[in-house]
Amino acid sequence: MAVSTTTPHTVTVLPEGAQFRCRPDRNVLESISDGVQAGCRNGGCGVCRVQVVSGAFTAKKMSKAHVTPEDLERNIVLACRIFATDDLTIRPCPRPAHVLTPTTSNDNTSMTAADIND
Amino acid sequence: MGMTGVLRPGHMQLKVLDLDEAVEFYTKVVGLVQTGRDATRAYFKGWDERDHNSLVLRDAGEAGMDFYGFKVADAATLEKLDADLKNYGVTTERIPAGDLLETGERVRFEIPSGHQIELYAHKTDVGNGSGYFNPPPWNEASERGIAPIRMDHALLYGPDIEKVQALFVDVLGFYLVEHILLEDGVTDLAIWLSCSTKAHDVALVRNEEPGKLHHTAFLLESWEKVLRAADLMSMNKVTIDMGPTRHGVTRGTTIYAFDNSGNRFETFCGGYQSYPDWEPLTWTWDEVGPAVFYHDRQLNPAFLGVYT
Ligand code: FES
Ligand SMILES: [Fe+2]
Repeated sequence: MAVSTTTPHTVTVLPEGAQFRCRPDRNVLESISDGVQAGCRNGGCGVCRVQVVSGAFTAKKMSKAHVTPEDLERNIVLACRIFATDDLTIRPCPRPAHVLTPTTSNDNTSMTAADIND
Repeated sequence: MGMTGVLRPGHMQLKVLDLDEAVEFYTKVVGLVQTGRDATRAYFKGWDERDHNSLVLRDAGEAGMDFYGFKVADAATLEKLDADLKNYGVTTERIPAGDLLETGERVRFEIPSGHQIELYAHKTDVGNGSGYFNPPPWNEASERGIAPIRMDHALLYGPDIEKVQALFVDVLGFYLVEHILLEDGVTDLAIWLSCSTKAHDVALVRNEEPGKLHHTAFLLESWEKVLRAADLMSMNKVTIDMGPTRHGVTRGTTIYAFDNSGNRFETFCGGYQSYPDWEPLTWTWDEVGPAVFYHDRQLNPAFLGVYT
């Protein structure tokens, strides 16, 4: 194959459409600084679950608890386990239990009891 | 002798994405000693542990915990606790000896948080490699990788933690060491329970999803070794979640990091010695940040949201 292993691809993250350069030898999550939440970065926690809307990629083993065979058919994957072989467009697709409440300030009460219980 | 009943956490079976890759990680980076292998599982122990295994990895195609087992004093204690559990209304099952390598019969039951807990009385003593006569203070295995002394405790995520506390205290003889209150000032967000003089043998955080693992912890001897663990994590490009830092709860020093299946593990040092007659320490909701991470003084989003 003539395709260089180091030429970066462009990853577009919906809905905002922010774009990142992504080296083919680094997983997609590593290249993204915004728009997809990062957790374990090792394919186990499901926090970085995304749908690939367009583009080609390869994938390493992903937790079957977060990516079912049906998910895979719809290109729902874990961003920390996929490698772009082409320009990609992705959309975050976290499971409800894994929607994190972001802490935006030093206010350590910004995560409320309701967030924890619901 | 003071220590009877439930002695300590003795084994955890952890689910991994790829067994060979996980074995490589726990051998070379974490520096556990591999002691066995069967069709789907690999067996490890910390270098200074004497029983055959503590961490058991299972090829599962996903992350998380299968079960957490506690060693009890002897076979009679196992029978008594099984009967006590049944009287308390808990359904128990028996797993035959030998199902886990070098491990006797186990009593397994589900706790209200959705976790599978086990009790067992026997696991083969294989020693720490230094022998039982005139032993040297350390050996080769204590210097390889992070090389924790032992598996120390676990933090489990699930619902109904007050029911779990009642079961562990009323039936299994644990006591509450510390707890963090939610905003209402009454309900616990988290509890730390001990069956020994350790500041905790198991901890729970209230979480809607049952049966989840936040971390399994490995004990290091010193803060210096915690820093060395952080160096080794960076050398091996391990994802560090938090630290090196200190917990307010237990006062232990710590790093949270993820294994190569996404299971969080902790390299932990210290924590004070505790006793069952001590009044539990209470952390209020407005101080939840320093309770968990004493220096950052705030939770990172991953603390509550990232678990397996
Ligand atoms: S960050 Fe945990 S699965 Fe990707
Ligand atoms: Fe811990």
